[in-house]
Amino acid sequence: MGARRLLTAAASLVALVAGWEGYKWLGGRTDDKWPLTNVGLPISTDDLTMPPSADILGAFLDPVQRGGSESLAVFLLKAAWFTLREASVGFVLGTIIGLLLAALMLRSKIAERGVLPWVNISQTVPLIALAPIVVTWGRTNGWGDTFSVALIATYLTFFPVAVNALKGLQSPAAADIELMRSYAAGWRETLFKVRLPAARPYLFPAFKLAATLSVVGAIVGEISAGVRGGLGRAILDFAGRYSTGPAKVYAAVIAAGLLGLVAFGLVSAVERLVVRGPRTAEL
Amino acid sequence: MTSQSRLDAWWPPIAFGLVFLAGWEAIVRVFDIQEFLLPRPTSIVAALRTEWAGEVGPGRITNLREAGWETGKVAVLGLVLGVVLGALLAFITTRFRLLRESFTPLAVIANATPIVALAPIFNAWFGITGIASNVGVVVVVVFFPVFINVARGLVEVEPNQLELMRSYAATPGTILRQVRIPNALPFFTTALRLAAPLSVIAAIVAEYFGGPTNRLGPVITQNASFSRYDNAWAAIVVASGLGLALFAIALAIERAVNPGRAPIEAS
Amino acid sequence: MNAVQVRQCDMTFNAGAANQVQALKGIDLTVEGGEFVSLIGPSGCGKSTLLRLIGDLITPTAGNLEVFGKSAAQARIDRDYGMAFQQAGLFDWRKVAANIALPLELMGWSRSDRSARTAEMLQLVKLDEFGDHYPWELSGGMQQRVAIARALSFSPRLLLMDEPFGALDEMTREHMQSELLRIYEDLGTTIVFVTHSISEAVYLSSRVIVLSPRPGRIHSIIDVDLGHRSEGVRESAEFFKRTTEIRAALRAVEEAG
Repeated sequence: MGARRLLTAAASLVALVAGWEGYKWLGGRTDDKWPLTNVGLPISTDDLTMPPSADILGAFLDPVQRGGSESLAVFLLKAAWFTLREASVGFVLGTIIGLLLAALMLRSKIAERGVLPWVNISQTVPLIALAPIVVTWGRTNGWGDTFSVALIATYLTFFPVAVNALKGLQSPAAADIELMRSYAAGWRETLFKVRLPAARPYLFPAFKLAATLSVVGAIVGEISAGVRGGLGRAILDFAGRYSTGPAKVYAAVIAAGLLGLVAFGLVSAVERLVVRGPRTAEL
Repeated sequence: MTSQSRLDAWWPPIAFGLVFLAGWEAIVRVFDIQEFLLPRPTSIVAALRTEWAGEVGPGRITNLREAGWETGKVAVLGLVLGVVLGALLAFITTRFRLLRESFTPLAVIANATPIVALAPIFNAWFGITGIASNVGVVVVVVFFPVFINVARGLVEVEPNQLELMRSYAATPGTILRQVRIPNALPFFTTALRLAAPLSVIAAIVAEYFGGPTNRLGPVITQNASFSRYDNAWAAIVVASGLGLALFAIALAIERAVNPGRAPIEAS
Repeated sequence: MNAVQVRQCDMTFNAGAANQVQALKGIDLTVEGGEFVSLIGPSGCGKSTLLRLIGDLITPTAGNLEVFGKSAAQARIDRDYGMAFQQAGLFDWRKVAANIALPLELMGWSRSDRSARTAEMLQLVKLDEFGDHYPWELSGGMQQRVAIARALSFSPRLLLMDEPFGALDEMTREHMQSELLRIYEDLGTTIVFVTHSISEAVYLSSRVIVLSPRPGRIHSIIDVDLGHRSEGVRESAEFFKRTTEIRAALRAVEEAG
């Protein structure tokens, strides 16, 4: 089962590279126009705009700085680790806030009706705009820029956790809640013995989504806050120096995508360890 | 909904919102927090008023109304294109299972990649001037949730219904029309509801990487760099308002298309 | 002291609102200790509502209820009764043994006491080997047995059952009925049992209460005197007589409504 997935993933990667190179080859033959027409192709196929895939792969092994000894791969690994630390803090904070909000909305119907719409709307505020403001706050209050980035990651994480935790906590059938009432069990006992276990199939997909979002938030935060050392900075720097090394930006973007996957995978691994019994359907 | 239940539904969020704003105003005044750290809601409202339709000139690059309009254009164009592409590809891959199984992991990976990373690449591909590059970012952001959800809707049909159609010797085309598409409609509207605010955010993110300055992104950054945080927040409010407006439209479409059905949960 | 005493109870849902519904009106009922009483009637006659009133899961809008001489609320707090529903309602994330032990956990029993009692209950419902399984690994009938074991685990004096065998096939159902009777005779628990099935009501109970709907009222009470249920009792003349009587009562109820 897992082997099949791996195979199809590998096949899609091969298809992607084939498509990339195929498009470049076509553009090279038709001078960047649609075949048999004089209409220009949407993306120019020269090596500067679209570096050959071999170049992109090779860039990982090349030194990150001309004449330097550190390879791009190692550099990106360090940057990814930096970003992952910020993302993890953001993930933990966001999860805690999300769960607390869900518990609040569970306890009080009025709180649910009053707070849930705002929780839903919170994600329409463009985070990238708030980021520099959060960093300024952080600097006046004395906490480091990396913590500000973690806070920005928190903002993206709390939402799926809060919404899905609430749904999961409200999911038990009325009969199950009646059963607990027949045992004269209190709200807290019902929460721990019935609602929380019932919420598990809702919680883990939310955690997985939150994990990828925390990486996104960390990178967005790094870029708009100008924090050095992480993948966001790397992407920004390589983008600025695009003409001298176009392949590097692609490499950094690939690294960012892989980091998101790693975060997803870490939560999946935890899920496998923690959950016995019926599992959730895969996304 | 009766007017009583509508009132019941509306007063808690409005009450909470007002309490929150009042608390914000009070905290800033009482603790005498500097404007550059956290402006008062009242100053933000004032900034909104002055900046909304202000004279454009050397002192002010653009007013909020124009910036909102320009960003809105990018967002809506990207939204429509992304939705169309996502739905189209979902249709195509329904027919060919192998295609879907190989494409979906790519889609999931791409969805996990921060969109922020795409902007510089798109600038290299499509150039900084004009709207193509920014629209491209929005299209990519919108495309994947739409594709994933519509594909789910077209494929995850109840086996009973498929068996029934097969017993009628229905062709795949008929099954598509009579069963799969109606089944997929709620998934589509859910994805639309998600993608609408995302399109605005993606547009603004793309604007951070360069391009014309008469849009919301540059307005926010420039005001922030000159410490005019009240103006920056006013622009943020406009951006949120834009996202909300698109969200409301998506919601209306959802209600119109799926009368009486409970909304589907998105993947 | 009677097990259950219902006096002039009314139950109106959404009182005062546009969608108000009077589920029960003027219910007078006495259940003696050790009796097995069935509630039967067409849909909407309020039998499940009455059961929930006895269990203090809802409060009557008028009238008064006593369970073992106390208010229904007090009886619930004192955990004087156990409940079983049509859906077994077992928790998927707990093994069978842990499901049976749930009320005992809530009552603060020690781990050793809990496992001892759970083993007893598994024996009682003849599921000795299945304590370590998960509910979804068991058939519908077995899940219901676990639900009954759970309801009885803390030895309540009263058992409230809302169509617990409704979702089972005929053969399993008859088997479960015999099992329930065996347990009833062993433990001497008072049982109030809601059902749709005439033959089930006659087979199990000593008294059958027929309810009429809109609003729910007691239409008739039929005594069933079949003595100890032997193998052939379902084919006996007395059995037939009682089922006919109840069927006639139900028909009268339908025609009136």
